[in-house]
Amino acid sequence: MSAPTEQAGSVPMVHAKGVRKHYGRLEVLRGIDLTVRRGSVCCLLGPSGSGKSTFLRCINHLERVDGGRLTVDGELVGYRRHGGKLHELREREVAERRRDIGMVFQRFNLFPHMTALENVIEAPVRVAGVARAHAREEARQLLERVGLADRAGHYPSQLSGGQQQRVAIARALAMKPKLMLFDEPTSALDPELVGDVLDVMRQLADDGMTMVVVTHEIGFAREVGDTAVFMDEGVIVEAGDPRQVLVDPEQERTRAFLSKVL
Amino acid sequence: MVELKTPRDTAAPAHGHAADDLVVVPVRHHGRWVAAAAAFTALAGLLGSLARNDNLRWDIVGEYLFADLVFDGLFTTLWLTAAAMVLGLALGTLIAVMRLSPSPVLHGLATLFVWIFRGTPLLVQIIFWGYAAALYKYVMIGIPFTDITFFRAETNSLLTPAVAALLALGLNEAAYASEIVRAGIQSVDTGQAEAAHSLGMRPALTMRRIVLPQAMRVIIPPMGNETINMLKMTALVSVISAHDLMSNIQDVYAQNYQVIPMLVVASLWYLALVTLLGIPQAWLERRYGRGTSRAQHVSPLRRLLGGVARTTRRGSRVMNKEAGR
Repeated sequence: MSAPTEQAGSVPMVHAKGVRKHYGRLEVLRGIDLTVRRGSVCCLLGPSGSGKSTFLRCINHLERVDGGRLTVDGELVGYRRHGGKLHELREREVAERRRDIGMVFQRFNLFPHMTALENVIEAPVRVAGVARAHAREEARQLLERVGLADRAGHYPSQLSGGQQQRVAIARALAMKPKLMLFDEPTSALDPELVGDVLDVMRQLADDGMTMVVVTHEIGFAREVGDTAVFMDEGVIVEAGDPRQVLVDPEQERTRAFLSKVL
Repeated sequence: MVELKTPRDTAAPAHGHAADDLVVVPVRHHGRWVAAAAAFTALAGLLGSLARNDNLRWDIVGEYLFADLVFDGLFTTLWLTAAAMVLGLALGTLIAVMRLSPSPVLHGLATLFVWIFRGTPLLVQIIFWGYAAALYKYVMIGIPFTDITFFRAETNSLLTPAVAALLALGLNEAAYASEIVRAGIQSVDTGQAEAAHSLGMRPALTMRRIVLPQAMRVIIPPMGNETINMLKMTALVSVISAHDLMSNIQDVYAQNYQVIPMLVVASLWYLALVTLLGIPQAWLERRYGRGTSRAQHVSPLRRLLGGVARTTRRGSRVMNKEAGR
């Protein structure tokens, strides 16, 4: 493995340069340039079909990047540079890199045949090789952190949407990731349950976690986000301080979108 | 809201209802009683005639029902069923995964396997394996097109009737099981695999820990069917005299000509075994159904007793039926 030349502190957590992605002839991402600093919260906004979820999924290689360069913590996503060529990573190597990147999905995707606690300890025990007793102890702390200590023995079907999403966050945190990806984490929730999930995410941001969040929650992006990125039709239209981009945007397209959402 | 009650409840107003409660009179289904009586009469007549028919020879049935010969056959039928199902399910799962593989070669091979073993009659396959020695006199394992051989044996000594029966039933079952497993795997939401991958789980671990356990819920009921089918299909291997239950029964009636009584013996045993197979299936369904229903699990016995208890309290029967499901 080649050590990054820069100092670890100065390497951005996520760095995208001209990232492209297409499905057949449909171009979903048409050259994305983006930098997410360590410990910062980056919110991706935009109409559906703008490519924001696709870009998020590229970051942990659930989607393959077709062009440009995408690095996480200084390492290329999905490829290894060797002898002036990019070699596609093997499944084992891809899986290894994903360990450090937590992901939370719109539809929770909890494992329905496992209790909340079993969901949280699955990856630490099976992937990271943590002793079961130790993993259980850590899982209990994580569940307590998301306010669900008393739901450890419940199956996902016995939990509300908001509770399921908080278990999903605990599950992702159990691998001690250096980066958390959120793919519209509150879009499938009843309005009164959104607050609990956002509270947990806000807490996480306060603790210094680097986060990339695809969201329609303008309020959250404004309060918690360090950067707001507005995407449309596979390109970044506008990016910058959320209090600027989401309050007084420069671009007409951003303004039109915000007027519909707010 | 108007409170509804049955006559029995009003006879014992233990819960202190208001005086103007309305009484509900359930519909009387007279037609059902007539139909039930007619069906019972017909059934009793049929059973009576069977019981009194001297040609049925119940004495022969009794004589052979617990004969050693029958138990030997039963033993073969049981292990053949179990082994063929294990072979079928293991190979079937492999073929299902191959069929879902992005590799066109693996996909093609799996499709070819299913096409052949599902497309030819089982009876043909059984006879084929029984007589495979006529095709290849020796079985050799080595490197093709060279003289290097690791293993060599006479086909006849390897392919005993029992082995031929196991191969025929197991390979045929694998073709069907692969389609059931494939349907099960495809029934699992793709988000499950994505969530597992995002946690750093590799494809094989994801399949084993996340996808297959959820697929089991879809796989078990049809595989239960397949097991029951298999138990009965083992009777077909009597054509290569594999000494299963049916082979042994045939041997007896070939000598004493008591065909019907002997078939009754066989049928009683097949019925008994099929009935017993329902128990592990119910257990498996419960085990892999974990987390899918909000309601606490109620054992079949409890449900039965609960049902009895409910019918004694007719007043709340309708509402409990809704809640009890």
